[in-house]
Amino acid sequence: MKITLKLYAALGKHLPDHAVRGEVEIDVDSGDTLERVLVAHDVPLEHCHLVLVNGHYVAPSERAGKVLEDGDALAVWPPVAGG
Amino acid sequence: MAWTNNVLRVNLTDGTCKSEPLNTEWAKKYLGSRGLATKYYVEECDPKVDPLSADNKLIFATGPLTGTAAPTSGRWTVVTKGPLTGAIACSNSGGFFGAELKNAGWDMVIFEGKSAGPVYLDIKNDQAELKDASAMWGKSVWDTEDMLREACGDNDIRCASIGQAGESQVLFAGVINDKDRAAGRSGVGAVMGSKNLKAVSCRGTTGTQVGDPMAFMQATGACNQILADNPVTGEGLPTYGTQVLMNVINETGALPTHNSNDVQFDGASKIGGEAMAEPRESDGKANLVSNAACFGCPISCQRRSQMDPNHFSVAGQPKYHGNEGGLEYEAAWALGAATGVQDLEALTYCNYVCNEYGMDPISLGSTVAAAMELYKIGAITDADTGGLALEFGSAEALCKICDQTGLGEGFGKEIGQGSRRMTEKYGHPELSMTVKSQEFPAYDPRGIQGMGLTYATSNRGACHLRSYTVASEILGIPEKTDPLTSDGKAGLVMAFQDATAAFDAAGICIFTSFALTLDDVAPMINADLDGEWSSETLVEIGERIWNLERKFNMEAGFTAADDTLPARLLKDAAKTGPAKGKVSELGKMLPEYYELRGWTPEGVPSNETLSRLEL
Repeated sequence: MKITLKLYAALGKHLPDHAVRGEVEIDVDSGDTLERVLVAHDVPLEHCHLVLVNGHYVAPSERAGKVLEDGDALAVWPPVAGG
Repeated sequence: MAWTNNVLRVNLTDGTCKSEPLNTEWAKKYLGSRGLATKYYVEECDPKVDPLSADNKLIFATGPLTGTAAPTSGRWTVVTKGPLTGAIACSNSGGFFGAELKNAGWDMVIFEGKSAGPVYLDIKNDQAELKDASAMWGKSVWDTEDMLREACGDNDIRCASIGQAGESQVLFAGVINDKDRAAGRSGVGAVMGSKNLKAVSCRGTTGTQVGDPMAFMQATGACNQILADNPVTGEGLPTYGTQVLMNVINETGALPTHNSNDVQFDGASKIGGEAMAEPRESDGKANLVSNAACFGCPISCQRRSQMDPNHFSVAGQPKYHGNEGGLEYEAAWALGAATGVQDLEALTYCNYVCNEYGMDPISLGSTVAAAMELYKIGAITDADTGGLALEFGSAEALCKICDQTGLGEGFGKEIGQGSRRMTEKYGHPELSMTVKSQEFPAYDPRGIQGMGLTYATSNRGACHLRSYTVASEILGIPEKTDPLTSDGKAGLVMAFQDATAAFDAAGICIFTSFALTLDDVAPMINADLDGEWSSETLVEIGERIWNLERKFNMEAGFTAADDTLPARLLKDAAKTGPAKGKVSELGKMLPEYYELRGWTPEGVPSNETLSRLEL
């Protein structure tokens, strides 16, 4: 199945070269968890501060067990702020 | 102690500058900057005063930490009654001017009356003099600063001035210091223009004395360490600036787009912080050149940009080809997502124009977005706009109308009235995305519920910097709350409002609050000033300031009916994203907020509350 992986700010360097503007469509196995996908792309989990699936926040305690579904958008940021 | 105890009173009508002692009793209750200046203002001005009349006053104020070694101590404030809103206006800026004013020996400058002709105030330590500014009238902020340096014969002066927008009393004109730092909101620049006050130049070499230097250095050292160690203030903000929020807020479905018809923008990734750092297709260079810092700031969130010199907006205009103040998130949102424009270079140009002519990019962009919707539905036509096709997404139209607004030309004169007045004129007030006539910033209350209450109750009209609950609801600072629920948001908003007022009054940047608590700030105040200061004291001062502002607004004619949002946010559900199907639940939050505040169901501070706060 396919999901969209979005890595922003300092995490953008972990995207494949063909990613465009911080995002790329990737193939994942059915039953893959959020954390497994991030580890597969060498994204340091300790730097994953804000993690959203389809825009909804996923708390750190839920990330290991969060199973992704076909068409999901996984977006991740390191600690950032603004205003 | 870090009060100089000197207030400079400038009577523009008779041309006098007089020193008077600071009211130290008020300083104990209102701390400084936003708080103390508001106290002075409400004591001296009729709440019903016409903001653009000679009877209105304008106060430039520092805080007790401004100009000291405290981190982010460059903050200063402009307090007056705002012509855009008719409410108390308090606009906060960074840069270097505030610290220079403090180091010249002044806690505050109070301008009253109106000069017969253009003048500027020249401050050199304890010497202050009004001088002829006829040659500067009609000039931009950038040119004015250059002329002041030449006139003063001193490249080290710091300046705060208005551009053409302030002179022509654009209702969202700002006061700009250090060429690109802005006291931007509520039209404080128009008040300055109404008084024929073009600029203040300042050189201060007297220094700022704190009460207990050793304890002060220990306290500031501890705060600096916290800021350095915190991943947001130590790395996130310096590296990516506020613009990193563009993709965050878009992803969460709370990016007001196309005048709030939508909550997500398909061009967001082209105008955010990451895009600024990428090489341009046109010339292979990045828009972002570097970050930069205000006085005493270890965070350094400012953006410095360099445009493609061949971009249509600046081709053949070398003054825009250098290294200038770049886009911050709120400006990029207002000029970009709100208008549907996804040309990063065009947005950068319009941001330059806001600094150059002296305008608030939030109100400008939001008002242009409202005009684009008026144009789309046919409520205005080419006959009104002088042939300018004000279509959503048009970078050319955006650049042109920004120029016209700053210079008071063409349809820009209508834009310069702000969206509430403009949309009313053309028969569609419902298209104005404002609260108390001030355009709201870059967070849609349908997707971030706390921000709806924040906008509705903000004393200076819609604003994010009065209670930035985005920190909690989206970024998880200090702890994560659900942006889609209104439960608990009344208390959250109130807590943010009071703490923010305390940070503002101290004279440090609210961005420190991403890492520092008032428990961290209190030791700096304690070592800085006489008396005992705790986080509890500071929260109480924040609450007092909030209620003082509220009381002034009620006396100026505002009621609970003004604590509301545009109907679009209350009735039209978000179409996409996590908030799809949701509207703002303001009606649920507001009564709880009033009760927590100790206000009547009509939103009036009760006698008990006023008495408790010694108001």
